[in-house]
Amino acid sequence: MRAYLPAYELKRPATLEEALRLLSSEPGQWKPFAGGTDLMVLLEAGKLEHRKFFSIWHLAELSGIEETPEHVTLGALTTYTELQSNATLQREFPMLCEAASLTGAIAIQNRGTIGGNIANASPAADSPPALIVYGAELELISERGVRVVPYEGFHTGYKQMQMQADELISRVRIPRHAKQWKQYYRKVGTRKAQAISKICFAAAARLEGERIEEARICMGSVAPTVVNCTKTASILSGRGVDDDTIKAAQDELRKEIAPIDDLRSTADYRLQVSLNLLKDFLLSLEL
Amino acid sequence: MPEAFETDGKATVRCTVNGREAKLTGFPMARLLDVLREELRLTGTKEGCGEGECGACSVFINGKLVNSCLVPLAQVEDASVVTIEGVANGEQLSSIQEAFIETGGAQCGICTPGMVMAAVNLLERVSAPDENDIRKGLAGNLCRCTGYIKIFEAVVRACEATGVKR
Repeated sequence: MRAYLPAYELKRPATLEEALRLLSSEPGQWKPFAGGTDLMVLLEAGKLEHRKFFSIWHLAELSGIEETPEHVTLGALTTYTELQSNATLQREFPMLCEAASLTGAIAIQNRGTIGGNIANASPAADSPPALIVYGAELELISERGVRVVPYEGFHTGYKQMQMQADELISRVRIPRHAKQWKQYYRKVGTRKAQAISKICFAAAARLEGERIEEARICMGSVAPTVVNCTKTASILSGRGVDDDTIKAAQDELRKEIAPIDDLRSTADYRLQVSLNLLKDFLLSLEL
Repeated sequence: MPEAFETDGKATVRCTVNGREAKLTGFPMARLLDVLREELRLTGTKEGCGEGECGACSVFINGKLVNSCLVPLAQVEDASVVTIEGVANGEQLSSIQEAFIETGGAQCGICTPGMVMAAVNLLERVSAPDENDIRKGLAGNLCRCTGYIKIFEAVVRACEATGVKR
């Protein structure tokens, strides 16, 4: 059933300061509303339980992509369209651009934001696996100040986040040391556009001669949160790629993920494709 | 606390729609789609899925293609909205619309306004679209009648008609 519109509020604070005051004045009462690509779907389905929102879409303080020699910093309102068209991101963080281009289609990419994607906390989101591989950090802002936390570990369970009621995700900060890494990203969905992931796989490796010096592997849609597959990644350290390495890594990955049957796919399919993607990633390193 | 809306919960939002000034009153979470159709009688914009999958409700906000079913009224404050009614010049159809007619790129017509908006958007963004650009440009729009080929051909023809190089 459709939502009863008079029950919902959507305020429009003029500044970030005003928005933060609203968050801290009645903790837990107010939630931010960015591009609306997730929240409006819930609203129309009559499943948007929270009632009091404030729009942040127009707040310039939360927009824009900035670069320093050490970091690329994305304003929380950076859209998927903006992510794809940024030259630095294309050069150094191609998995993020790829993820952005595979989320929804153009009309969604013009409204969906990186901060919204994180705050929506879906285990099937396409950008988070790439962000974790890149070692991204989140800047959380409140009237009390700003704190920076690693993105890894931010999602503690299905739709659960380590964030206080008065805090807002203001920026995503990505360290610029991915350039020398070989990167591999695959989203598996029912079709190329608009599909929600059955599996999302992001990985990167730093190579030393014929061997993997360090690897990172992160997956979406295979557990209640995005999974950083640290054990699988760590057994790859110091190894070349041969059948034994592939087998050892696949055996470890089986233990790290917990795919389920749901409306998009089955546990069996997800497990098999996950193992195949891991193998494909390792072969792509051409060692 | 910011005083953005009237006490009865309704908001008054000022924006332009197809170049004309509009003062829209409604609940802040009202879908732009519904406001366009029901308050402004701009019924060219269609509702398909109501969840951002089908593109039938596509409009431009500040020049960007969006699904109007996913945009709450409160977020179009000060914005410029263009609907399918703003694509033609009065009775004079745009060359993109003509191309849809010439190739038979429409059957039941529900997806057509959104398809045209996506095509207009594509030709604005990409100076020389290749096949892949066209497929990507239309990927957010579903059609259950045509099988897409004739819609694809319409965009190819529109490129010729508008002088866009391919």
